[in-house]
Amino acid sequence: MPNKAFNATRSDKIFDICNTIFMVIVLIVTLYPFLNVLAISLNDSIDTVRGGITIWPRAFTFENYKTIFAYDTLLQGLKISILRTIVGTLLGLLSASMLAYTLSRPDFQARKFVSTFLAMTMYFSGGLIPGYILMRDLNLIGTFWVYVLPGLVSAFNVFIVRSFIDGLPYALQESAKLDGANDFTVYWRIILPLCKPVLATIALFLAVGQWNAWFDTYLYNGSNGTWTTLQYELMKVLQSTQQGGGAINANDMAKQMAQISPESIKMAITIVVTVPILIVYPFLQKYFVSGMTLGAVKS
Amino acid sequence: MEALTPNTIPRGGQDTAKAPKRKRKGGFWSTVLQQKYLYLMSLPFVIWVFVFSYLPLWGWTMAFQNYKPARSFSEQKWVGFKYFHELFQDDRFYLVLRNTLAMSFMGLILGFVVPIFFAILLNELRGMFFKRFVQTVSYLPHFVSWVVVAGIITKMLSIDGGAVNQILMALHLTDEPIQFMAKGSWFWYIVTGSDVWKETGWNTIIYLAAITGIDPELYEASRVDGASRWRQMWHITLPGIRSTISVLLIMSIGHLISIGFEKQFLLGNNLVSDYSEVLDLYALNYGLNMGRFSYGTAIGIFNSVVSIILLFTANGIFKKITKESIM
Repeated sequence: MPNKAFNATRSDKIFDICNTIFMVIVLIVTLYPFLNVLAISLNDSIDTVRGGITIWPRAFTFENYKTIFAYDTLLQGLKISILRTIVGTLLGLLSASMLAYTLSRPDFQARKFVSTFLAMTMYFSGGLIPGYILMRDLNLIGTFWVYVLPGLVSAFNVFIVRSFIDGLPYALQESAKLDGANDFTVYWRIILPLCKPVLATIALFLAVGQWNAWFDTYLYNGSNGTWTTLQYELMKVLQSTQQGGGAINANDMAKQMAQISPESIKMAITIVVTVPILIVYPFLQKYFVSGMTLGAVKS
Repeated sequence: MEALTPNTIPRGGQDTAKAPKRKRKGGFWSTVLQQKYLYLMSLPFVIWVFVFSYLPLWGWTMAFQNYKPARSFSEQKWVGFKYFHELFQDDRFYLVLRNTLAMSFMGLILGFVVPIFFAILLNELRGMFFKRFVQTVSYLPHFVSWVVVAGIITKMLSIDGGAVNQILMALHLTDEPIQFMAKGSWFWYIVTGSDVWKETGWNTIIYLAAITGIDPELYEASRVDGASRWRQMWHITLPGIRSTISVLLIMSIGHLISIGFEKQFLLGNNLVSDYSEVLDLYALNYGLNMGRFSYGTAIGIFNSVVSIILLFTANGIFKKITKESIM
């Protein structure tokens, strides 16, 4: 039946073409907004008001960036955002890997209990207000630690690392044990170095989560400039012109910064907030894909 | 794995002869002592989880008290279901519930169906480099915060120079720019659309992994039989990832009502609040921000209870159909 075979390949070709066109549209829809924001942030603020900027700045300038980096609150936010990302990621890695190691030990007496105790937390949460009351009772409101401590142990991350350790040959641990190493040494000297790929995955999750968080700042440190974060500052700037009534921030900032329009300020801050992620992300792609798959298989 | 019982693993040096004799029950404390490092490595975190995840549950008692922050627990006045009565009599509550359910269902359906189709189409791409590139780009928005995404969406939909309005006007679909962000009736679609834009690529990862697990011989055999690409997708790829699909469906049903409020908080404004306010936001605005802790907690409890019922119902139905359970 040559005719049928011919039809099949021709329809296959049409399919391939349509599919490729569809993917190109997806690419444009995903990338255009970012490029547009970047172009506006690099374009002269007065010129931007005329409109019509697409993906290339018409009157190139760094003036918008110079202006926002002269703003103290924003610099403070940047500092705190970096700090919470580093501290939160390191502590999160430590807790996830330690717990995962103990859970991967089939002979560990409390394994079942710890594992169930952790897994339960994935299905419920106390909710907004009980959480708030707890933070208040622990005197964490108005401190830096409110960013790091509540989310320190993540069941999801623990289980990802656990299934990775389960895949490692057990003989490695046994031989170390025979040499007289204790459980902590085995974890620190043998397991941890082998876990680098999976730790890279959850480091990415933790770091992105910390960097992107804004609601904890809003809830716990909203009136406290010392512990403000970059995302929260961006949120305030973006919301200020959207909510007609509370138009304080971007306009305020704009006035203070003379010639710069709120639009340009918003776009420049958006880029400052986004760029660190864009830089690290392509390097870590292979790790997070494998990490996601690992987590899915297990849960 | 389970073959490695405590007895087969030499612990604490050379003295392995003693371990088998001791058996499990008799030597509880001696096992604790032997595994002291394992305990030291896990117990602090268990306490941690207890404090930050379990202790807030105790806060649920607030919903049944006339909670006053200054008083201690024993001094609080118990009021039973008063705040739940109040909640169920509030018209605003039903409006908020409607918004929550509407946006969750729209999010569930699109957030579930679109990634499956996208994964299947990605899998059909011929050029490896192009496929990689599309994947890399499509995962990208997942890593950007909702603050940024909300800013971008607002920008794209704005009336002066927003890309969407410009395209619509260039195509003569509308004569003047549409005020997307100011119309309540648009809000649900905007939230769902932003979610699809942000998460579709990311949600394909698991499906793509499942697709690579399908036996390539199936495709070869079907090609010999003259099956077109559409038929292959429909009869091989889709059935091949069926179990992944059902597991993810149950999980998303469990999270149906707890859709969060970030999107609604960031994309919403006073003009559309009748459509944008969801349960969590309601708890924030009418509970926490007004200092009505008990009322706000009652809203949170309602939210959790409905989630759990949904999860168990979905799991029960799933079990009946497939004889498997995911929980």
